[in-house]
Amino acid sequence: MIDGFWSMGGYARYVWPCFGFAAAVLAWNLWSARRHLAAARLRTARALAMAASERA
Amino acid sequence: MWTWFYRLASPPYVYRVAAKLTPWFLALAALAIGYGVIDGLVFAPPDYQQGDAFRIIYVHVPSAWLSLFAYTMMAVAGAIALIWRIKMGHAVAACVRSHRRIVHAARARDGFAVGKAHVGHLLGVGSSTDFGADLLFLYVGVMSLRPAFEDAGRGDRAAALLAIVGVVNVPIIHYSVVWWNSLHQAATVAKIGKPSMPGSMLWPLLSMFLGFTLFYGAGTVSSIAR
Repeated sequence: MIDGFWSMGGYARYVWPCFGFAAAVLAWNLWSARRHLAAARLRTARALAMAASERA
Repeated sequence: MWTWFYRLASPPYVYRVAAKLTPWFLALAALAIGYGVIDGLVFAPPDYQQGDAFRIIYVHVPSAWLSLFAYTMMAVAGAIALIWRIKMGHAVAACVRSHRRIVHAARARDGFAVGKAHVGHLLGVGSSTDFGADLLFLYVGVMSLRPAFEDAGRGDRAAALLAIVGVVNVPIIHYSVVWWNSLHQAATVAKIGKPSMPGSMLWPLLSMFLGFTLFYGAGTVSSIAR
């Protein structure tokens, strides 16, 4: 039964890459959003630090 | 109602709401996609004609829906920004744009796989893929137009206008499977009347629709929040 599931009735080479690609796309979206958020936080922290040093 | 509408356009309010919504959207998306994948791959019966290859619809159809939905959202946000001169509209349109290209890629890849599995040719399923490619080119145009202007405001307005013009393609893509002869099946779920699909196949599909939309929503609101 497990073999039947993985072979997808002979269409495994079409079905699994589609699901794999979709999973990769979702993961990439998540990773990219987190990376951009971290970069935005860093930029903001630097800008705040520069503003504070100029005031001082 | 107008007060609420203008409050929605206020950046501090939008940032606060967006930051609160992101984890909820992500959690609900994970639940919906998890259920859809397990039910769609394990419990849904094979199709009488396409066998197990039909299971590709559980990623292809939500990706196709999302590519049309996101384009429409981008145009609506652009229209709001142009008509009411609300700058937040341009920001939302830019956030929608930033996540959209990859959905197109997923949709096209699955469409090609269906064509290859059943017809032996990558472009076997026809018109929907062609018009989807048109929409992708329009999207690339919108992406490239904005930075082409030195004045960011003018770039935003030009991109919004192009996005609005491109909306004409959305119903054409949706109905292309009916208007033109192709191997792509006609509407099964989004049509007048009862869906021509048994519940055991339909529920995982609806769950994947919801999951993909929420996931995309999470990506967009987290972009707005930053």
